[in-house]
Order: sequence, then structure tokens, then C-alpha cells
Amino acid sequence: MLSYASKRVLIGIATMLAASIVVFAVLEVVPGDPARLMLGMNATEDAVRALQEQMGLNQPLLVRYFHWLGGLLTGNLGRSYTYAVPVIDLITERIAVSLPLALISLALSTTIALPVGLFSASRRGTISDTATMGAAQIGVAIPNFWFALLLVYIFAVTLRLVPAGGFPGWSAGMWPALKSLILPSIALALPQAAILARVTRSALLDVLGEDYIRTARAKGLTRRSVLYRHALRNALIPILTILGLQFAFLLAGTIIIENVFYLPGLGRLVFQAITQRDLIVVEGVVMLLVATVILINLLVDLSYAVVDPRLRGRT
Amino acid sequence: MALLDIKGLSLKIGAFSVLERVNLAIEPGEIHALVGESGSGKSMTALSVMKLLPGNARAEGQIHFNGTDILGASEADMCKLRGDDIGMVFQEPMTALNPVKTIGEQVAEGIRLHTGASRAVTEERTRAILDRVGLPSAKFPLGRYPHELSGGQRQRVVIAIACALKPKLLIADEPTTALDVVLQAQILDLLQSLVYEEKMGLLLISHDLAVVADIADSITVLRHGEVMDHGETTQILTEQAHPYTRKLAQASMHVPERSSSHRWDGDGTLLSVRNVERIYRGHRTGLFSRRETNKAVDNVSFDLQSGQSMALVGRSGCGKSTLARMIIALDRPTGGEIALWSQRIDDLSEDALRPVRRNMQVVFQDPYGSFNPRHKAERLVAEPLYLLDTPLSVAEKRSRVDTALERVGISPRDRDKYPHEFSGGQRQRLAIARAIITEPKLIVADEPVSALDVSIRAQILDLFADLNGRLGIAYLFITHDLAVARAITDTVMVMSDGKIVERGPTGEVLRNPRSDAGRALVEASPDLHKALARRIGEQG
Amino acid sequence: MSVPAEWQQNLAKAFSNRSFLIGLIITGLIALTAVLSFVWTPYAVGTLDIAGKLKPPSEAHWLGTDHYGRDILSMIMVGSRNSIAVALVSVVIGIAVGVPLGLWAAARGGLIDEILMRFNDLVFAFPALLSAVMITAVFGPGAVNAIIAIGIFNIPVFARVARGAALVLWPREYILAARASGKGALRITVEHILPNMANLLIVQATIQFSLGILAEAGLSYVGLGSQPPMPSWGRMLFEAQTMISLAPHMALFPGLAIVVTVLGLNLLGDGLRDVLDPRLRRDR
Repeated sequence: MLSYASKRVLIGIATMLAASIVVFAVLEVVPGDPARLMLGMNATEDAVRALQEQMGLNQPLLVRYFHWLGGLLTGNLGRSYTYAVPVIDLITERIAVSLPLALISLALSTTIALPVGLFSASRRGTISDTATMGAAQIGVAIPNFWFALLLVYIFAVTLRLVPAGGFPGWSAGMWPALKSLILPSIALALPQAAILARVTRSALLDVLGEDYIRTARAKGLTRRSVLYRHALRNALIPILTILGLQFAFLLAGTIIIENVFYLPGLGRLVFQAITQRDLIVVEGVVMLLVATVILINLLVDLSYAVVDPRLRGRT
Repeated sequence: MALLDIKGLSLKIGAFSVLERVNLAIEPGEIHALVGESGSGKSMTALSVMKLLPGNARAEGQIHFNGTDILGASEADMCKLRGDDIGMVFQEPMTALNPVKTIGEQVAEGIRLHTGASRAVTEERTRAILDRVGLPSAKFPLGRYPHELSGGQRQRVVIAIACALKPKLLIADEPTTALDVVLQAQILDLLQSLVYEEKMGLLLISHDLAVVADIADSITVLRHGEVMDHGETTQILTEQAHPYTRKLAQASMHVPERSSSHRWDGDGTLLSVRNVERIYRGHRTGLFSRRETNKAVDNVSFDLQSGQSMALVGRSGCGKSTLARMIIALDRPTGGEIALWSQRIDDLSEDALRPVRRNMQVVFQDPYGSFNPRHKAERLVAEPLYLLDTPLSVAEKRSRVDTALERVGISPRDRDKYPHEFSGGQRQRLAIARAIITEPKLIVADEPVSALDVSIRAQILDLFADLNGRLGIAYLFITHDLAVARAITDTVMVMSDGKIVERGPTGEVLRNPRSDAGRALVEASPDLHKALARRIGEQG
Repeated sequence: MSVPAEWQQNLAKAFSNRSFLIGLIITGLIALTAVLSFVWTPYAVGTLDIAGKLKPPSEAHWLGTDHYGRDILSMIMVGSRNSIAVALVSVVIGIAVGVPLGLWAAARGGLIDEILMRFNDLVFAFPALLSAVMITAVFGPGAVNAIIAIGIFNIPVFARVARGAALVLWPREYILAARASGKGALRITVEHILPNMANLLIVQATIQFSLGILAEAGLSYVGLGSQPPMPSWGRMLFEAQTMISLAPHMALFPGLAIVVTVLGLNLLGDGLRDVLDPRLRRDR
């Protein structure tokens, strides 16, 4: 049976392939001669030719693409031109910072936002609802990197409670490493939490206006148990959608925030690569992030089916 | 003392007065109908008893239920009453159930909440009540989700939820309005027998006197939030002492006068439908298996003569609307031919259809959804003039619009109004004006009066009859309401499962239907005359 | 002479809606400031004054000076143009490309719809930051990169909104009546579909505008957006970062400018949403 789930997985794979074509086209076809672009106008012909050789630029486009794609599937992303090491090694080293940061922030923002949204929805129109949503309104407007600067100024520069930046590495032990991720995760999580709390509240309020809520109330359920037993699960679909989008924003946010805290993550890697015109590194990092976004969207799509029985077994 | 006793209930929502000193009493085992047109405050009376009113509503007066002062009761006390001693059934079964919970869960929830019974006992009771409402667990396992059930089956689940704990009072708010007549009869039957078995009081809310005439012991008639008339059903409906009750009763039995002398015939066959078929492709059940197919319309053939008025009746989902759409070329048949004046139209391009479309127009059910809310009446009514080969001047256009408006009984001065400034009945007149502006020979009307209150329905039926007589327009009326068919059509076709199963002169078919589908429809149709005759007979 | 009651009601509702009013005032003031910056700023933004550098707020410099002694208020004023321009053009790109795509998908359905929606999925996989990274890697940095990157991000957003709204409208009976009047898909879209979803698009445009301001700040902060010497809020924050212990005011004020602008736009959007109530399900 070509169910909802298997259709989504197929679409995910197709999107992944299409995205790889886009990345390849922008970074290897549009520049004309990537080797020349990487080395700059002053490079000698010999150097350019050597790099062309190394990157396999002499082969036909299709061969190059499939060669690159094959590499992607086997974890071979080519060699960094500036670092002279395999790109995959650079990425594995840096992702050890970026991924934990993104995951901690996501967990933090979700654990804050869902209860706050529920709280606000259950007290609709009261002072505590208005105050909470007012705070969330401001939270949504705060750019995370500016919030990060404020946190650095208060907790690192003024109070000296945590380091202002840098990362000791996981080898330095769990706690020192985590400690250096505290401020960055808070800076990332709070503005996201504000968005999520607002979405949670409005999704719940939308559902609370449905006919079946009245049916549940007519059964004798209190407002509160209607909220938990009937509204929450129906409100999960818009909440999940935003969670999926947020993960993409969090990845982007991670890259930006790493600059505030001088964290050696994917963000630092890709910006250095841009300055040094190391297209191979840029290509690897971008493809990895794009693939992550597609994967997350796929997971969100699949989770819809878990929440909503109407999607199960449907195409 | 009465089970439910409402005394001097007044209700304001914001600054707007919804109910004015309403009195109503129900004894145990009594079926009490609360009847009125839309906006009369029927539903708000019911919600007042449940205390489930919107936040800005303020109620005054007294509601006593079984010794409890409802308006004075705390929310916690109300939660104990709701679902236990008072059950409620709603109008719209498609949205009344939580889509992400199984029907078993939803029925069991109230039982567990009020009795604190164990899981096993609760499941036992859930099965029993679902079985009682006609959903035996062998065919309808507790794990079914609402979307896997039809509208009628969902309404049975809602009734099971409301009656699971054998409440003393059951409130049913237009429980059958969203269902076709056959389902309506089944659901009313079910409600009646449940009430009888358990000696419940039933507050049955309806806009239709014919529906309640059959089963209600007593009636309260509501208009603009005030009680007009109340008393024992037979007495109220036979004496019709109150002018408003008389008006409602007459409207629901209304048959327009049709000027048979002006009958337009002799022009021959206007519309000819031959072996028409419409297949919808369903979902693939497997990657390599064939798609399931669904024949919405199956080998249908008929002719419609010029000036003739024909009804196409059938239960919901029988394919009648699909057939109508193919006739007005909004959908294409997958087989067969449709011809207007012996010109085949089902395979024409949109351009080639233009002259054809001038001669056939359409009127829909919903007077609210029928108009772009941003356009004025003039532009709305003039829309089909787009079909003319030479565009009209502004003045010509206006005169055509004015003529059309006058023909349907709307003042041409109203041409600058927006749709929301017209009442529901006026909007349906506008829809008819739009349909006749190109002076078509055929109008297909899809349930054109079923969303209207009875008194307005009568006026619109008169208008249809009048236009048929004056302009010689042929009608194809799509309806599930036999009263409409009886009122204004010459011939009738009964459709069932995509096929025409019976056809003939309207009076004859409705008096003596031969097909099963026809019989089911006729038997299930509410009929005030018959209901009264039966009741008077019973009383001796 | 009657107007669509909608307008009368909306106007009355708008001026009794608190978020709409506050949002309108804030947004109006920001727009005025941006316009004013073309003719007047307290100081010229190009003027360096090394002797007067890193001064905290004072009477001469209301918001203080930066590490080159430039007046921060003047820079914020001029920087607002950049933020507004980038966000505005990206919204225009999103609407100009996304809305027709969404309308087309809804009007045609079937395969066209499926293809367009899969295209949407693809574009969604490239958050503005990643597009900007790729564009900058190939073409070098510049303000145009931010516009393109954010504009691309806006396309599927508007396409989804337009498609969703159009799919709700197409089965409406007045559309069927228009079809029975011989009108084609394009004509119906222009006459009936588009005007009835305009509210929804206006609200979405406000939301995307505010997201655009945030995204532009982020991009220029990491050097993927507009380049010096053109002042931009994100760039100012980048420069403030190294000075954070010496001159925290350098970081404070540009950030506040972003917060106030985005807040104003969000309030305006929320207010518009309440007033116009574009959730189509209530539209009958």
C-alpha cells in the first residue's frame, strides 16, 4: 500500500536529489571555472590547472555531478583546498559543537514554550495571559545575536559568571564544554520560545472554538480537562509545523550565534571558507545543512500521521 | 414538579437581546419541540439549560432542572449534571466528534468520568450503548475513528455519547437538519425509542413543524426570542389559533399556484441525456494494483421538454449533484452524451460552450456562498452577460439588470447594494435574477430552497413557479425534499447509487412509488397533513 | 451610496484595535525617520572623529559615538533605509513570484499543483542564510545577496498562502456561477479569487516584512549583507561586539532599533489580522 508515509519518504528523497543539483549548479557550474574563482585572478596557470586536475574539473559535467553525488553517499566530500584535509573530517570536528548547540536550544525552547502557551490559552483574556503574550511579543522581535551580545555583556563581562566565548572542546570534560554552550543556547532558545508559545496558544484557541469541544463540554468535562484531553492533540499539527521550521531557523541561528561566542562550529568553518574562497568546504557544509532541513521536514510530515488518524493509510 | 422548568428566561449577548421572558416546561418522558425560524433563539435556549453560553452572554430568570437551580449552580455542579443527567445532541455530525480520538474513547470518556467505573465495565457499557444506537461492535469496532463513519453513523455516535448514562433530560438541537430525509427518519425514530425506553424528557429543537408533528407531545413556538404559542401538539397544529403558528404551518405545506394555461410545450426536446456515466478514480490500494473506481453516475438517460419542470430526487450521495454539474458543463462525463436542442455539448471547448451557456444557467443552495462579497448586486446579476458575443453598453447592461431584478421582485434601486445587505431570501432572488438575465431556456437548481426558512421557502417556490409560467423556462430541480418536488415539478426522477431507478409524473410517483429508493424517500418525508391525520386517528 | 460594509466595519475596528494603532504609529515613525535621513541627520555618517570616539550618550550625541567617533543616532537613521529596502524588495519578490505560482497551482490542480508544491518543498530547504552563503561564496559580498536570499525564502511562503486560500475559494458557489457564466480560470482568479484573499496576503506581507528586517540584520551581522561604509544595523552590532566591554551603548541602540521596528510591524500585523480576519473559514 502506497501509504502517506511511504509517499512522504519518496518525496523527501526526490527533494534531497533536487537540492543536491541546486547546490552543485550554484557552486560548481555558475562560477564557470571554480578553480580560477578559488585561486583568484593572480594565480598562475599551472596552479589553476593543478587544482582543476585535483577537483576533476576536466571531466564532463554529468560525470562530475554523479561523482560528487557518489561521494556524498559514501561520506567523501572532497578535500578542503585551504586546510588540505578531507572536508568530511572538518565537518565531523565542527558539528560536535553545532549539533549539540542546536539540539539543546530546541529542547530548551520547547520545554519553555509549550507550558507557557498552554498556561496562556487556559487563562485567555486574563491579566496573566495578556502579560505573558506581551512578553512573547517582545521576545519575537529580539534578534538572537543581539540578545547574545546582551547576555555576554551581563553574565560574562559584568558578572563574570561564564566565559565570554570560546570552546574548550569535549575532551576537556562534559561540564566545561557544556558551560560554554549555556549562554549561546539561551540566546538561541528564548526568541524561538516566544514564537512557539504564541503559536501554541493560538493553535489551542482555534481548536477550542471547534464543535467537538462543545460535545466534550456537554459530556461534563471541565474547561481544563477539555484543554488537555481534546484540544492539545488537535493543536499539535500547527505546533509541529512550526517546530520543523524552527529547527531550520535554529541551524541558521547556530551559524550566526557561533560568531558571537567564538565557537568553533560549522558557522565559523563556513565563514572562513567563504573568505578564503574554499568552495569545496562551502559546498559540503551547505549540502549537509540543506539535507538536515529536508530530513527534519520529512520527520515533521511523518509525525502528522502519528497525530492525525485521517492521514494514516492515505496517499 | 416538571423535570425542566424555565421561567421568564431573558438572555442578552453583549447588548443584543436574544431571549425575552421565555417559559417552557418539560415533564419526565415528554417530548417537547421548540420550533422557530433561524435567529429565533432556539439554540440559545438549549445552551442556557446546559450553561454553555458564550462568555459575553447574560441570563436572567429561572431554570430549574430536577430540583437544581441551573442559573445559580456552580461550574463544578454543572459539570456533574452535563453528560450525566442532561445529554445533548448537536446539529452538525461531521464536526461534533474529535477527529483524533476513536469513537470508543469518546463514548467511554463520559461514562468513566461520571461513574468512575473500571476500564472493563466502561468498555462493556460503551459497547452496549453503541449497539443500542445501531452501531454493533462487530461491524463498528470501538477503535474506529470518526472519519471512517458516514454522517448518519456519526450522529449515532453523538447520540450514544449523550445517552450513555441514561440522562433524565436529552436536548437535541436540530439533530437531523444536516442529514437526508431517510436518515432523518431513522435518527428521529432512534431518539423517540430511547426516550420511551428510559423515560427521558426530550427537548427537540427544529425549524420544521412537519418533522416534530410526528413525534412531539407538546410544542413551543419561538419567534425573535419570544414565545408565540405553546401547548399540546395536535391541538396547536389543528387549531392553529395563533397567527404565527398558522403562518408556519401553511408555509410548510405550501404549494405554489402554477398557471397551467400558460404551460409552454410543443417546442420539443430541450435537453437530452444519453447513457451518461461519471467515474471517479479512487485511491490505489497497492503499488501495482488497479485504482478503485467509483461510478458516481451510472448509465443515466432522460429527456427534458421545453418549459417542463422536472425534479431529480434522491438521498445524499446518490450522484444527483454530479449529474447536475455535468448538465451545466461544469464537469465532463466519462461516458455518454449530453445534448441541448440536439447539439452535443459534453465535448465542447469552453469557447464553443458560450452560446450554450447563455441558454442554461444555475441556482445553488447557499444564498450566502453564491455571491462574491466584494461585488455590488448590479455586477453580480450581470455576470452571465459576459456570455454575449457583443458586449453591452453600460446603459443596456443596466436595463437588463433592472428587468431581471424586477422579474424576481427586487427593486432596481437595490442594484448598488452588496450581498450582505440583502436577507437570505432576497439573496436567493438575486441568484435567480442572475440565472435569468441571459433569458435561458433551462435552469438547473441544486437544492435551491433547502437552506431557507419555511416562510421564505414558500415565497421562492412561488417565484420559481411564476417564472416557469411567464418565461417558459424549463427547470431541473435537484432535491432530497419531496415537498419541493411536489410543489413545482411536472415529472420526477428518483436516483439511487448513480442510477435512475424510477420516473414518472410527480403526483403519481410520490403517491405510489414503485422502486425501493422511491418508497424509502416517500415514507421518510415529513408531512404535516399525514402526521396530523395519524395523530387524530390515534386519539380517536 | 454604500461602501462594502467590510470597509466601514474594518475602519471602525482598526481604530479601536490597540495593537493595530500602536503598530501603525511605530511603523509610521520608523518610516518617517528613514525618509528624514535622506535630508537630515544630526551628523554626516561619513564624518570620522577619532578624538570623540566611544563616547556614551550625551547632549551632543544622543546615542553616543562609535569606535571611529561617528554619531550612532545618525547611523541608525541611515541604516534604517537599508533594512527597510532589503525587507521590502524581498517581500515584493516573494509576492510577485509566489502568489502567481500558488494561484496557478490551485487553479490547475493535479500534476501542475503537485509539481509546484514539490518545487516549494525544494525552495523551503534553503533557509535565507544558506542561500546567502552560496551566493556570497560565488559572487562576493553585497546588499543584493541579502535581497535575493530573503526574497527566495519568501517565495514558497506566499505560494503556500495563496494556494491554500485559493483552494478554499474555488469550490465556493459564486465561483461555480462565474464558471457557468463562461469565465475562464485566469479571469475568475483576477475577478474573484485574488480580491477575496487580499486580506490574507496583506497580513502575510506584514509578517514577512518583519522577518525580513530580522534576517537582514542577521546576514549583515555575519558579513553576508550590505557592506561598509553603508551603515546597517547588523553591521553596527558586529562592530560593537569587540567593543562590548568598553562601549556597551554601541551594541544597545542598534539592537533596540531592530526590536522596536520588528515589534511595530508585528503589532501592525496582529492588528490587521484581528481587523481583517483573513481566516477564510469565517468568511461567509
